[in-house]
Amino acid sequence: MSSRVGRWLLPGFTALVVAFLFAPIVVMIAFSFNNPRGHQNITWQGFTLDNYLTIWSRPDITDPMVTSLTVAIVSTVVATAFGTMIALALTRYEFSGRGALNLLIFIPMSAPEIILGASLLTLWVSLGAGRGFLTILVAHIMFNISYVVVTIRARLIGFNKSLEEAGMDLYANERTVFWKVTFPLIFPGILAAALLAFALSIDDYIITLFSAGHTVTFPLWVYGASRIGIPPEVNALGTLFFMIAFVFIAVQVWAGRRGQGEAGAPVPVASR
Amino acid sequence: MGGGRRRLTPYLLLLPGAAWLLVFFAVPMALMLVMSLQQGSVSGGYHLTWNWGIYPEVAGQYGNLFIRSIGFALTATVLTLAIGYPVAYTIAFYGGRLKNALLLVVIMPFFVSFVIRTLNWRMVLSDNGLVFGTLKDLGWLDPAFRFLATPASVIFGLTYNFLPFMVLPLYVALEKIDRRMIEAAGDLYANRARAFLRITFPLSLPGVVAGSLLTFIPAVGDFINADIIGARNPEVAMVGNVIQRLFLSVNDFPAAAALGFVLVAGTMFLVGLYTLVVGTEGLTS
Repeated sequence: MSSRVGRWLLPGFTALVVAFLFAPIVVMIAFSFNNPRGHQNITWQGFTLDNYLTIWSRPDITDPMVTSLTVAIVSTVVATAFGTMIALALTRYEFSGRGALNLLIFIPMSAPEIILGASLLTLWVSLGAGRGFLTILVAHIMFNISYVVVTIRARLIGFNKSLEEAGMDLYANERTVFWKVTFPLIFPGILAAALLAFALSIDDYIITLFSAGHTVTFPLWVYGASRIGIPPEVNALGTLFFMIAFVFIAVQVWAGRRGQGEAGAPVPVASR
Repeated sequence: MGGGRRRLTPYLLLLPGAAWLLVFFAVPMALMLVMSLQQGSVSGGYHLTWNWGIYPEVAGQYGNLFIRSIGFALTATVLTLAIGYPVAYTIAFYGGRLKNALLLVVIMPFFVSFVIRTLNWRMVLSDNGLVFGTLKDLGWLDPAFRFLATPASVIFGLTYNFLPFMVLPLYVALEKIDRRMIEAAGDLYANRARAFLRITFPLSLPGVVAGSLLTFIPAVGDFINADIIGARNPEVAMVGNVIQRLFLSVNDFPAAAALGFVLVAGTMFLVGLYTLVVGTEGLTS
């Protein structure tokens, strides 16, 4: 590439795009320290840490957080278990119906989220099922399974079967080989899949909206609380989540670099 | 090994997850089609009358809405491609040892919740907010100028929120290109622009197609951007907004289901075309 384009134009453009990407994040962090008078949090009024301190004593904020965390943890555990099993079946066994299974996994990821939410609502209405915590949980497990399968499958494809065969040669039975050889080897993939599932679940608004009834998750609370302006507490919590994710990823990258291996591959992000 | 147990193992492994997807994804999809063909009301109950007439009816009533949604989503897709391609190219070709770190920097803003990100854009872009308020104070902009609630504002939100869906597949495709092919083009006296157009760009096309699908599909069904940055202006509403309203506020389930089914059918058509190219194995790998 000609030196000017390569050295200045492309990096300059990329830097501008990064600035664009971070713009609302910078605003969020700044306004999480704002001390607004009244409910409009749109101009800078003064620095305070109150927004970080008061959130913990407000049940209207903590209850949705607890709901979201519970849904995220349970749906992650279930979806990761189910998804790992499907990924194992797809990569190490021959069976009929693979094409149909691949479609069943792919279509939920490729359909617009509103369709997943709306069709589930149709199911709840047809069954006469009341909407609430359980229906949210069912929905989250459903949309997480596909992402788990895809993530773990990517790791399993490069898997070296000879290690398992060696285990068998040493008279280990199938179960022992699985837990002593296979599982430890695919564990990084399972962990990455679980992290992705957790991130998708805790941030989901659209699908949850259709299955929620009167139950309020954290994204639903944020949406409801921000009809007019953004309460500074929303930005404080957004900043906290961002910082936690940042530290987590930084540690993962650092560990991955030290390990010189695949462990440092970035976890795809929940951004829908 | 071998024998019956071995043959059953894959089915036992995939049973719980596949059953979950069947019951809570495939069945609801079918139910939505059935629901669209029913008539009645929430209070009086619905009866299946095979009312196929609902489809021409919603096509007439909401045709413009579909055209607008497709227009917004297409524009946003082209913009994410125009913005994302140079970024992915820079990281893939000039990232060096920092490639992974740069990629993380690009996706890091998306660790913040979709809703919170979009709400903060609404604040930044509001009539008297950081950007336009400042320009108005400086006298560079008509005080009556409004960006929120315009088609451009919704397209802006879609472009921002779906940019990583474009950058990641583009990066994967560009990163895979064998640099020697580009050098070879240079050796054969192709100038850099020609080498890019004849070698690099064609080889990155799988990423362009995947990224465009991954951006267009969620964008066309999105309602959060039109709701927040579009400020609920009915003139910039997208099909998702109407589906949401019909399902959750108006309770006109058949019309909502029909709209939803048209949206999913359109999406599946696009995915089907893509599947023809990559095959079903390619979908999940």
